[in-house]
Amino acid sequence: MTISIDSKDSNTKSLQPKGWLRYFSFSLDHKVIGIQYLICGFLFYLIGGTLASAIRIELASPMSDFMPRDVYNQVLTLHGTIMIFLWIVPVVNGAFGNYLIPFYVGARDMAFPRLNAVAFWLIPPSGLMLVASYFVEGAAQAGWTAYPPLSITTPQSGQIIWIMSVLLLGGSSIFGGINFIATIIKLRRPGLKLMQLPMYCWAMLGTSLLVVLSTPVLAGTLILLSFDIVAHTGFFNPVLGGNVVVYQHLFWFYSHPAVYIMVLPAFGLVSEILPVHSRKPLFGYTTMVFSIMGIVVLGLVVWAHHMFTSGTPPWMRLFFTIATAFIAVPTGIKFFNWVATLWGGKISINSAMLFSCGFIINFVFGGITGVALAQVPFDIHVHDTYFVVAHFHYIVYGGTVFIIFSSIYHWFPKVTGKLMNEKLGILHFAITFIGFNLCFAPQHWLGLNGMPRRVAEYDPQFQFVNQISSVGALLMAISTIPFLVNIFLSIKNGKDSGDNPWNALTPEWLTSSPPPVENWEGEAPLVEEPYGYGNPISQEN
Amino acid sequence: MLNKNFYLILIISAVFGISFWIGFNVNLLPVEASINAPIYDELFKILFIIGLIIFIGMSIAVIYSLFKFRKRKDQYGDGIALEGNLSLEIVWTIIPSIIVLIIGLYSYNIYDRMGGMKELNHSHEMMTSNTEKIWAGISQASNNEVASNNLSVEVSAMQFAFLFNYPKGEFISGELHVPVDHKVSMKMESKDVIHAFWVPEFRIKQDIIPGQPTILNFTPTKVGKYPIICAELCGPYHGGMRASIIVEEESDYKDWFNKNTKTEVSL
Amino acid sequence: MTTLDSSKEIKNNKSEASEHHEDFRMFGLITFLIADGMTFAGFFAAYLTYKAVNPLPDGAIYELELPIPTLNTILLLVSSATFHKAGKALLKNKNSDTQKWLIVTALLGITFLICQLFEYFNLPFGLTDNLFASTFYALTGFHGLHVTLGTLMILIISWQTRPKEGRITNQNMFPLEAVELYWHFVDGIWVILFIILYLL
Ligand code: HEA
Ligand code: HEA
Ligand code: CUA
Ligand SMILES: [Cu+2]
Repeated sequence: MTISIDSKDSNTKSLQPKGWLRYFSFSLDHKVIGIQYLICGFLFYLIGGTLASAIRIELASPMSDFMPRDVYNQVLTLHGTIMIFLWIVPVVNGAFGNYLIPFYVGARDMAFPRLNAVAFWLIPPSGLMLVASYFVEGAAQAGWTAYPPLSITTPQSGQIIWIMSVLLLGGSSIFGGINFIATIIKLRRPGLKLMQLPMYCWAMLGTSLLVVLSTPVLAGTLILLSFDIVAHTGFFNPVLGGNVVVYQHLFWFYSHPAVYIMVLPAFGLVSEILPVHSRKPLFGYTTMVFSIMGIVVLGLVVWAHHMFTSGTPPWMRLFFTIATAFIAVPTGIKFFNWVATLWGGKISINSAMLFSCGFIINFVFGGITGVALAQVPFDIHVHDTYFVVAHFHYIVYGGTVFIIFSSIYHWFPKVTGKLMNEKLGILHFAITFIGFNLCFAPQHWLGLNGMPRRVAEYDPQFQFVNQISSVGALLMAISTIPFLVNIFLSIKNGKDSGDNPWNALTPEWLTSSPPPVENWEGEAPLVEEPYGYGNPISQEN
Repeated sequence: MLNKNFYLILIISAVFGISFWIGFNVNLLPVEASINAPIYDELFKILFIIGLIIFIGMSIAVIYSLFKFRKRKDQYGDGIALEGNLSLEIVWTIIPSIIVLIIGLYSYNIYDRMGGMKELNHSHEMMTSNTEKIWAGISQASNNEVASNNLSVEVSAMQFAFLFNYPKGEFISGELHVPVDHKVSMKMESKDVIHAFWVPEFRIKQDIIPGQPTILNFTPTKVGKYPIICAELCGPYHGGMRASIIVEEESDYKDWFNKNTKTEVSL
Repeated sequence: MTTLDSSKEIKNNKSEASEHHEDFRMFGLITFLIADGMTFAGFFAAYLTYKAVNPLPDGAIYELELPIPTLNTILLLVSSATFHKAGKALLKNKNSDTQKWLIVTALLGITFLICQLFEYFNLPFGLTDNLFASTFYALTGFHGLHVTLGTLMILIISWQTRPKEGRITNQNMFPLEAVELYWHFVDGIWVILFIILYLL
């Protein structure tokens, strides 16, 4: 089978607007779409972060005094939904995937550029719709999990809009997934073997498989839920003979894989960043690939660990305990391999590197609390408490968001041709790292000692620890200032980076920075060893 | 060479030492007030220590690499071209597998001791007709079966309160009074949305689900007043949905029970 | 349903992409159908769980008559065959035959839908009567939506295969092959649905 890599609709592309305006118009260029995802996601991150700040302000005192209780529930629902569906998932998949994957497979664009653009343009309207639902009758207030019967009995317009926008976002994510699978499998440059692809491609392949297999189930579930709300069917309504636990199974069948959709691409990105800045090959390429696929397979069969205290019989609790705990094995392989990648390198300590190492430390912590949560008897005490909140923020913020920042520092020169300011970057890292740990570490204690999640008021004995946590959140909010300043200063008058400031070997660096519209002036290079760093061992001794 | 190994062993034993010390000396949990609690805390301690060893070990490895292998001013070129090491990779596949397996077996054991593996429907013949299906829950820990002392309570939850029905006394209370050292078995069902029954000092939790009765059995061991907390988002006042469980000496409990029974009966 | 128009999207690409892209457009369609199949899988899983653990209230009627759905199964199976015929004819460059077969297929699809509606109107239960009724309508309705969409697409491509001016020729078979694959998929889902819903 032959695939030609040129001849992609170049005439369409030349009609696209130039300059910064192209980032705000319907573009088919994968690089533009990638940046669009990133900017859009970041704006939603600011909104989600503002909501998080509102949560932390409310929780600085034990009474419900900063906002009414139902508004608090709306805020936390929107916070969770926005952060997951409009920040983490689109950015870590859509933004970096669209920007990098075509480079990595040696193509000039994604397999379906038009589908790609449509997938992106579904996001801003559904996100805005979600935020706007607050001003109608109040936003959804049943948590990001939208468990019925609560989600059936709360004010309906908010919940319906929530369902609509999650459906659209899910659709966007499925289109993205189809596109990534087709691009990675079918659009590879002739001569490029699968086992020569940079690790991020493997991560995206695994992620996209999860997207394609699990997101449709969420779509189906939410359709049933909306029937319950508007047509008064009884799928999940016990009054009409329905079964609320079935919803939870279906929901988590998607939403557990979704956590790997949020983290596998980050695993891929960190596998690109570490070798470059420690000047060593990625340790254990083959095991890395197998562990990604292992996580994908295991990830599909562990969903009920979110339901240990729900209506699940004993055998089911135990099966899911064992399956869940085993995810630590493939994940562990990846972490040990990353440390081995650092080991014996010549490490440049820069912002990208620091954020990546911060990621390793935070994620191991969050992963370990995850393995503890996987044990039924342990989870029975801490389920639905701040312990769980702490667990997943360690992973989604300490893990994925750290990697998003790391990746921005790493690929900024690629996109703009300018270097970022390292001093500001390190300041950003320091405040983020301290603020993050200050905010979420104490929450483990809160959960163990009796503070449930999703409450606007709590026992006064927890006030002091909650205030520490709120101070941490304040630091995290402050940390966005050096970051944004850095971005704007560097775009305006950052130092010229040259084409390949890190001397990296992965294909995206083998063209000019910023890259030309068609990615390469001539033929796409054939990169057989994307991690071929290092002096021969004999030389070293 | 010997020197290197010596330091390695020193560091590893330090990590183990610190982790064990923290694990045994730092108490992160509230008081233990049921027979489940000490069992739970045993598991917690083990998980805490293993977790600390892995976390401290990994953090030291990362921070050490950042210092030791950082690029100095006068250095150029790359690190060594080490692409992998199969035996190492096998080692760090197998060791976590073993740890995970041990943790899994151990927590099965704990779960069994908490009564989690017992058949749900059988432990409840006393109060309901046998035909009613129990969907989930925890039976009593097996080493403390005192069937005759069994106190049955029916719990119903609604937005935003718990109600405790004492079938033997035919009265309903908003507070849960139980005698210390007696097995309490509760059958729970919700009237509207999902709630959850949680007593942190007892280390037990079970969702209360509309349409699907669940059970929760426990034996309090310490006299006192503890909070019952709703742990499942159930609406705006979810945070305020609390009740108290009062564990008292048997005689005090009897007094309370009789007082209530009388007033209800006279109605 | 948001996911449905992606097959159209893939088709639209055709206008820009040249011949050698055929291969991965089909690949993309297959991936999409797997995703779509998972939606059905979710519905089936829900239905089977309900059936296993949620007994219906006393007096609930959920008797299903077999004649119409059996007829429908046959209609769909035959329509798969006629679609196949259409493809064969196009390969031999007999566009008018293709068109004829496509229209036959579309008519079979429409008959299927009419029978389905007829069944709906004659059932003893409504959408919200009980759990079984709701799941029944959700499953068959969602499938019916797929058939409706498929029928529309068949009508479109049969217009496009018209001799002389038509866009679809045996040089450009992708749209026809794509719709054909989709149609077989919808057909297959119906067979599973028929077995699970009517026969079990
Ligand atoms: C990106 C997101 C992400 C990721 C990657 C994970 C990863 C894991 N999660 Fe987490 N989780 C969430 C996001 C995530 N989680 C969210 C959002 C929730 C709450 C949802 C809600 O209710 O709102 C949640 C809730 C949650 C629960 C339910 C808690 C409850 O509600 O009661 C459980 C229980 O089993 C769990 C377990 C795990 C496990 C075992 C992993 C594992 O994959 C972790 C594996 C990693 C490691 C273990 C570290 C590295 C390994 C080593 C260094 C090797 C050595 C280690 C050992 C031998 C132990 N998670
Ligand atoms: C997936 C990603 C993600 C991320 C990144 C975050 C980030 C944060 N989250 Fe959250 N969170 C969730 C996902 C996430 N969260 C989910 C899924 C839930 C569960 C929801 C549910 O229960 O249904 C949750 C719930 C949750 C709770 C529990 C609420 C409750 O149960 O009652 C808390 C409480 O502390 C919290 C806090 C925070 C904080 C302080 C941050 C911080 O890290 C945020 C830091 C960022 C900023 C502070 C932004 C800075 C910008 C500004 C301050 C605005 C300036 C404005 C302009 C310039 C316009 N989150
Ligand atoms: Cu009842 Cu929360
Ligand atoms: Cu999970």
